[in-house]
Amino acid sequence: MPPKAGVILAKRGFRLRLEARTETPRWLIYATPLLALALTVLSGAGLFALLGVDPLRALYGFFIEPISDLYGWTELGVKAIPLALIALGLSLGFRANVWNIGAEGQLTIGAICAGGVALALWNSGGWWSLPLMALAGLCGGIAYAAIPALLRTQFNANEILTSLMLTYVAQLFLSYLVTGPLRDPDGFNFPQSRPFDADALMPPVLEGFRLHWGLLAVAVAAVAAQAVLTRSLLGYRLTVTGLAPAAARFAGFSAPGIIWTCLLIGGGCAGLAGMLEVAGPIGQLMPTVSPGYGFTAIIVAFLGRLNPLGICVAALVLALSYIGSEAAQVTLKLSASVGTVFQGLLLFFVLACDLLLLYRIRRE
Amino acid sequence: MDIAASILVAVMMAATPLLLAALGELITEKAGVLNLGIEGMMLVGAVCAFAVAYKTGNAYFGVVAGALAGVTLAAFFALLVLVLLTNQVATGLALTLFGIGLSALIGKGLVGQPIPRLPLLSIPGISDLPVVGPLLFGHDLLVYLSLALTFLAHRIITRTRLGLTLRAVGESPHVAHGLGLSVRRVQLSAILIGGALSGLGGAYLSLAYTPMWAENMTSGRGWIALALVVFGTWRPLRMLAGAYLFGAMTLAQLHLQGLGVPIPSQFLSMLPYLATILVLVLMSRDAVRIKLNAPAALGKSFHPDR
Amino acid sequence: MTSRTLKAFLLGAVAALSLSAGAALAQDKTKVAFVYVGPIGDHGWSYRHDEGRLAIEKAFPGKVETTYVESVPEGADAERVIQQLAAKGNNLIFTTSFGYMEPTLKVAARNPKVFFEHATGFKRAANVATYAARFHEGRTVIGLIAGKMTKTGVVGYIASIPIPEVVSGINAFTLALKSVRPDAQVKVIYVNSWYDPGKEAAAAKALLDQGADILTQHTDSPAPIQVAEERGVYAFGQASDMSKFGPKAHLTSIIDNWDAYYIARTKAVMDKTWKSGDVWEGFDTGMVALAPYNAVLPKDVVELAETARKDIIAGKRHSFTGPIVDKDGKERVAAGKTATNPEILSMDWYVQGVSGDLPKK
Repeated sequence: MPPKAGVILAKRGFRLRLEARTETPRWLIYATPLLALALTVLSGAGLFALLGVDPLRALYGFFIEPISDLYGWTELGVKAIPLALIALGLSLGFRANVWNIGAEGQLTIGAICAGGVALALWNSGGWWSLPLMALAGLCGGIAYAAIPALLRTQFNANEILTSLMLTYVAQLFLSYLVTGPLRDPDGFNFPQSRPFDADALMPPVLEGFRLHWGLLAVAVAAVAAQAVLTRSLLGYRLTVTGLAPAAARFAGFSAPGIIWTCLLIGGGCAGLAGMLEVAGPIGQLMPTVSPGYGFTAIIVAFLGRLNPLGICVAALVLALSYIGSEAAQVTLKLSASVGTVFQGLLLFFVLACDLLLLYRIRRE
Repeated sequence: MDIAASILVAVMMAATPLLLAALGELITEKAGVLNLGIEGMMLVGAVCAFAVAYKTGNAYFGVVAGALAGVTLAAFFALLVLVLLTNQVATGLALTLFGIGLSALIGKGLVGQPIPRLPLLSIPGISDLPVVGPLLFGHDLLVYLSLALTFLAHRIITRTRLGLTLRAVGESPHVAHGLGLSVRRVQLSAILIGGALSGLGGAYLSLAYTPMWAENMTSGRGWIALALVVFGTWRPLRMLAGAYLFGAMTLAQLHLQGLGVPIPSQFLSMLPYLATILVLVLMSRDAVRIKLNAPAALGKSFHPDR
Repeated sequence: MTSRTLKAFLLGAVAALSLSAGAALAQDKTKVAFVYVGPIGDHGWSYRHDEGRLAIEKAFPGKVETTYVESVPEGADAERVIQQLAAKGNNLIFTTSFGYMEPTLKVAARNPKVFFEHATGFKRAANVATYAARFHEGRTVIGLIAGKMTKTGVVGYIASIPIPEVVSGINAFTLALKSVRPDAQVKVIYVNSWYDPGKEAAAAKALLDQGADILTQHTDSPAPIQVAEERGVYAFGQASDMSKFGPKAHLTSIIDNWDAYYIARTKAVMDKTWKSGDVWEGFDTGMVALAPYNAVLPKDVVELAETARKDIIAGKRHSFTGPIVDKDGKERVAAGKTATNPEILSMDWYVQGVSGDLPKK
């Protein structure tokens, strides 16, 4: 006999059971993140107390102090822009079970292409420099994502492996470029390009802050993703392909078509994010242009339940957790590892609280 | 000839941590669970193995500790994805973050401490034979274990009822459930075994490959292990070939540099990644056989009501 | 959590914070901050800088307060971290990796009252000084030792990334090596990472299998020393004394020692005498030092090494004394001249006797 469906707690006749919800009450959608926050605060307080840090002060330093002024909020945006943009692009593919985990590589190639344009136009650019760089970044990301797409559709090679391996290749290629052909001619052969000129830098949203108009790209991408998902045949195809591949085949949806679409959109968004990083907060090509945004965006995509608005919120949450971790080192003198552990805990709670949306817990 | 043997031994050593972790992930994925926390489990395995070996002076206690540490982290993962039905991809990635931080916390006082290496199980007389000696009889416990477990996993998955159960659960949990199999118990076991093997992979790094502890010493090997499962198309023996191929290509690019090939080092460093893609492409042309091996329900939460 | 408890919690947090902030203000300490590119647990570059931070705390007990932020990626994040440190009232901020150059300058321009020290860079400002160590001096000495100790005449060199600091180290080493062993050759393998013990170990094995009988490294982990110990050959360590990892193999290590500089600069801030400038120190001030020599080194070899070290300090010996011809036969330093600092700082060519090729412009 199989055990009873979904037993999660059995203790002397007291049993809890999960039952799938047919409908999720609206209040729960808002309540669960709050519950997750409460649990994180509680466990964080425990963790900090264990480490001998005043828990209240630690939590304040982690979550509130970093965004207690305008600078903090703008920096939150700087960190969230690439995460949101990449996650929006990836989420379409994840819906259809297309596993592009090489967004980091596509971002890198996008940054290289955009940076190449900026350096080629150095001191001879104009208002058209930035659009051209954006186009180059977009195309670079798309072209790089086309490789796994081609290998998958023509040779049946799994995109998890190809996209991941190509990430390492892209990073090594960037390292070659900045230690070789693209290094700053006035920079003592150090491994970085010359700083971009003003034409090739993203204008800030507010003077004196780093938050840039890449914000607009996120907004456009979010609206577009929402439109695709809810209003277009493509969105429907993606969802059906993901949930019921056999049905999708039966309905005559082209599997290669879906794979190409998903990978190219994901690659394009990542490439554009790469352009925004080098033209925005970095301002030149360096050996590392991303602290792993392409990988973190995968968490963001799922944390946002593959929903465009959810992704934007999740990007802010993740961005805050990174900034908070830095701030905790500055203000509380906690080591980076404490921040990382806490980040992991936060994610666990947020993910676990999703349970309440999909299931109800019943006593029997 | 001795040089050839020495190079081959180096390849085996480079491949062993990858093989152990990848084998764990393969078993987990066969049960339909995708655990992207390999890197985190490897790191915690590495630091716990090192800490115990350092404190007790016995590397074998370290091996056990490494496996147990991996199991502990995996149990945490299992609680989240099996009981609380969280999204597997995001939970796995969060586990990686958690593991990176936790291992660094545990390892605070262990940086810069040496320990004796995990002993080589040499057989007097035979291990000293030229070529064959070091190649076949000069390794430590974990190298042999990684190979033995790979063959064992191959046999279990393809030839036994247990393997059939595992595959059934990964293929269609609902059908398996309908057949009276305990989906959750099978998945839990697979996740825990996966954790143990990832922990062993980490332990191999901190006890045998480079006997030391340093933060983040896995340097992304958990990701390579993930790729190797795909490379092996969810078959242990192919995966073994993949791990050794990757190890060989890593060594090959280093040798090419040492030989002074006039190509910038960054391009030579791309070799293992490009070679893996190329071989995968050559192997993957037979679409039907690959589909038969990839678990159909991979990464999807199972609940009987849905 | 209801909104009321949330509010109560926030108020409590604010109260707790303002209390502790008040306590901190009561003392008038000099605040010194550090930004590290790796974790301090890397036992290499960042670890050594953190030792320097601890040296400051020890030197001025009760008078300084130090802060560090570790594992800060070079790129967009660095500027925010440096800015935060400046905003939190730090008086002196050390940014300890080359990739922090532009962010340091940007933040410095916004915070004219805060002093900045950027390691290994070349751009300065009124409140931004730069400092670096002449590691190639150490390479010259270990090159001499290697030349005396090698039997095969093949030396393995495990390098990180082809940047001028690494390239000048390779050249200094090779020139010294060939001065005592003219037929020697240096095999270089880049692992394209500063820190990857596994890859460093694999590179060490590859070099030994290709006939090298001495290893030297410009990467941060002691893995190559361990391989050398296992294979029964000699090796040189990097960043800190690595003799624990291979008591027989380890001949000496080139040690980065930032303690004295960090203490001096902190003192300058305390005395209000801090000025921007550029410092490139080596054996002379102890910023570059050598770990104790292994007892297996014959007396004459130790003597050769020590003489070279003293001559470098006295200015009688220079790592790059002409004539130096590069791999393609082009003269880079004329006879009787020594390479200038900018020439060393930007070195992107190999001397003869080095294997492999560098990325070209």
